[in-house]
Amino acid sequence: MSERGQSERLAGGQGEPRARSLLEKIWQTHVVASSSGPAWIAVDRIFLHERTGAIALEGLQQRGRRVHGPERVFCMIDHIVDTLPGRTDDTLVPGGRQFITRTRAAAHAAGIRLFDVTDRDQGIVHVISPELGLALPGLTIVCPDSHTCTQGAVGAFAWGIGSTEAEHALATGTLRLRKPPTLRVRFEGRLGAWVGAKDMSLRLLSLRGAAGGRGKALEFAGSAVRALDMEARFTLCNMATEFSAVTAMISPDDTTFNYVEGRDFSPRGAVWDRALANWRRLASDEAAAFDEEVTIDVDDLAPMITWGTSPQHAVAVTGTVPEVEQSGTTSEAHARALQYMDLQPGQSLTSVGIDAAFIGSCTNGRISDLRSAARVLAGRKIAAGVRALCVPGSSRVKREAEAEGLDRIFQAAGFEWRESGCSLCFYAGGEDLGLGRRVVSSTNRNFEGRQGPGTRTHIASPATVAASAVRGCLTDVRSLAAA
Amino acid sequence: MQPFRTLTAIAAPLLRDNIDTDTIIPSREIKSVSKQGLSNGLFAGWRYRAPGGREPNPEFVLNQVRYLGAAILVAGENFGCGSSREHAVWALAAQGFRAIIAPSFAPIFQDNCINNGVLTLCLPRATVGALGQALLAGMNEPRLTIDLERQELIDGAMAVIPFHIDPEVRLRLLKGLDAIDLSLRKLAGLDAFHERDREERPWVYL
Repeated sequence: MSERGQSERLAGGQGEPRARSLLEKIWQTHVVASSSGPAWIAVDRIFLHERTGAIALEGLQQRGRRVHGPERVFCMIDHIVDTLPGRTDDTLVPGGRQFITRTRAAAHAAGIRLFDVTDRDQGIVHVISPELGLALPGLTIVCPDSHTCTQGAVGAFAWGIGSTEAEHALATGTLRLRKPPTLRVRFEGRLGAWVGAKDMSLRLLSLRGAAGGRGKALEFAGSAVRALDMEARFTLCNMATEFSAVTAMISPDDTTFNYVEGRDFSPRGAVWDRALANWRRLASDEAAAFDEEVTIDVDDLAPMITWGTSPQHAVAVTGTVPEVEQSGTTSEAHARALQYMDLQPGQSLTSVGIDAAFIGSCTNGRISDLRSAARVLAGRKIAAGVRALCVPGSSRVKREAEAEGLDRIFQAAGFEWRESGCSLCFYAGGEDLGLGRRVVSSTNRNFEGRQGPGTRTHIASPATVAASAVRGCLTDVRSLAAA
Repeated sequence: MQPFRTLTAIAAPLLRDNIDTDTIIPSREIKSVSKQGLSNGLFAGWRYRAPGGREPNPEFVLNQVRYLGAAILVAGENFGCGSSREHAVWALAAQGFRAIIAPSFAPIFQDNCINNGVLTLCLPRATVGALGQALLAGMNEPRLTIDLERQELIDGAMAVIPFHIDPEVRLRLLKGLDAIDLSLRKLAGLDAFHERDREERPWVYL
C-alpha cells in the first residue's frame, strides 16, 4: 500500500485536508522516520507481564541496551500468578516462581513501574491499563500479548507483539510497521436484553471467520457501538485478535472521555483541557475512507456460544450444532472439531451438559461483567456437580465487587471467589478444570487444549456462563431470567 | 541471526487451517524463562499419546519416518493465530524448522518468525494444497527447495513456483540483519521527535 499516495490525496481538490480515519490521525502523529518500506512509529506505552517480561528485559540487558523512556513502560504480574487467597511468588504452575521473581528483578533494574503480586492495583494488563488511565485516546500502546487490542477501545492504536518486537520497542521507543489496511465494522440497531458485546464479537467471527480480519486495523462503529459503555467496548475490541486483526479501535466520544477523566494516570487541570481538545478531533471524520466496510444488524442478535474449537465456531445458544454446510468450515475441520468437542451435528446446544463454569479474563472480567453474572446468580445455586470460578480481572474490580456484595452472591451460588489474574483462561500446567471436562467460559479462546489437555471450552458472555452454571447445561440466559 | 539464502530440506504437510500458537506450543510446555529447550513442547498436544507424556503418537506427521528431520512445514490458512507467544517460533526453530509455507499467517506470528530468521512463504491456497498432497502421497522423498534470492520454490517434480515476498523482509532474512541495530542507527531524529511531541501532547509523558 502506498502511504504517501494516501496521505497526500485531497478531498474534492479544494485544498481541504482530506477526511481521515482515527487510525490515520494516530499514525500521522507517530511517524518518527519513514522509508520505502515500513515506518518507525513512536510507541507511547509499553506493557510487560511476567510470562515474557523477563526474557525481553534480560535480552536487552545482555546486549548492553537500555530501556528508552522507562517512565512509559509498565509491568504487570497477571499471567501465571496464582489466584488463590494468600498467594505469594510460589505458583501452582511448575517453575512459575522464576517467571515472577526474574521479571520483578528485571523491572526494578530497568526502572520500570511494576504492579506486583500484592499491589493494590495488580490485575490483568488490559483491565488495569484503562482502569489506571494509562490507556488514553490517541496513544500507541503495545504489549507482548495478543489481547492488547482491547485497549484500542479508548480510541488508541493498541496491538500485540512478540518478545523480539517488545525488545525493539523497549530499546528504541518505536516499532517498525506498515500502516495496516482498515476495516470498519458497523453494528447497527438495538441490542436485546441479556445480549451484549461478547455476543456481537462472536457474531462477527461466525460471519467472517477467524481469519476474516487478518492483518487489518478494525474500527467498530454504528449505533449499537455508540450505545455501549466503555467496559463493553473493551470486550468488543478484545476479541479482534481472534479475528486475526492487528488492532481494533473505537472513535473516542463522550463515553470515552467520561471514562478516562479522573483516573490515576489521566491528565489533570490545564493539561486535561488540552488533551480533551486534542481528543475531540481524533474520531474518524464523517467522510473518512476505509479499505473495507461491513455492517451487522443486532436487532435480532441472540446470546451466542461456541460449539467448536475456533472462536469462529459460534452460533446462537438457541440453535443447534451446525451441519458441515452451515459451519463455515471444511468438512475435515468440522469433523475434527466435533470429535474433540464430543458433539453431533443437529444437536440442540441447550441439551449439552457442563462440568465447569469460568467467569473472568481480559475479555469479561470487569465489574460490569461480574454484575451481569451476579444478577443471574442472585438467589440461585449452581447445579450439582458443576465447579464454578469467578476470577476478577483486577484487584480493584475485586474490591469494588466486594463493596457491592457481589462476592457473597457468587459464593452463595456455589462459585469460588478468587484473587485477580488471567487464571484458567489458559492452562499453564498448574491448576486445571479436569481432563476432558466441558467448560462454559467467559474467556476468548476455545482452542483444543487451551484450558487444559482435552478440556472442551464453550465461549460465551458472563451472563450466559452464569445461567449455564445454574442449569448445569448450556443455557439461554433469557429463559432463566424469565423463569 | 542466521541468514537465509537457499534451503533444500524435507517438508512436512500439516494442512489444517487456523493452527494456533497454543497448539504449536501449549502454555504448560513453557517451563522456564528461556528461549531454549522448547523443542520437546512443539505440538505437544498432538505429538504425544497422552497429555504431559512423551510417548510419540505415531499418527502425527512429525513422528513419521518419512518426515524425520523436516525443516519446512507446509500448513493451512492463518497459521499461528491466537497467542502472541514467540515461544511458538522458538520451538519450531529448535526443532529445526527454517521455513513455513502457508496460504496466510497470523500477523504477530509472522513478525515473530521473521525476527528469528524463519521464512514465512505465502502461496495461493490451491498451490499449498497441491504441495501438501504431493508431500503426503508422492513416491519420492518429500523434499523442497526454497531459493530466497531468486524467490523460487522448487517442488519434488522439479517444477519451479515463483513467490512474492516483502522486499524488506527478504533483505533482512538474506543478510540475517538485526532489526534493533538497524533501527538504532536510523533513529537519530528520535530525541527531536520527543521534544516536539512533549510540547504537543504533554499527557503522554508521565
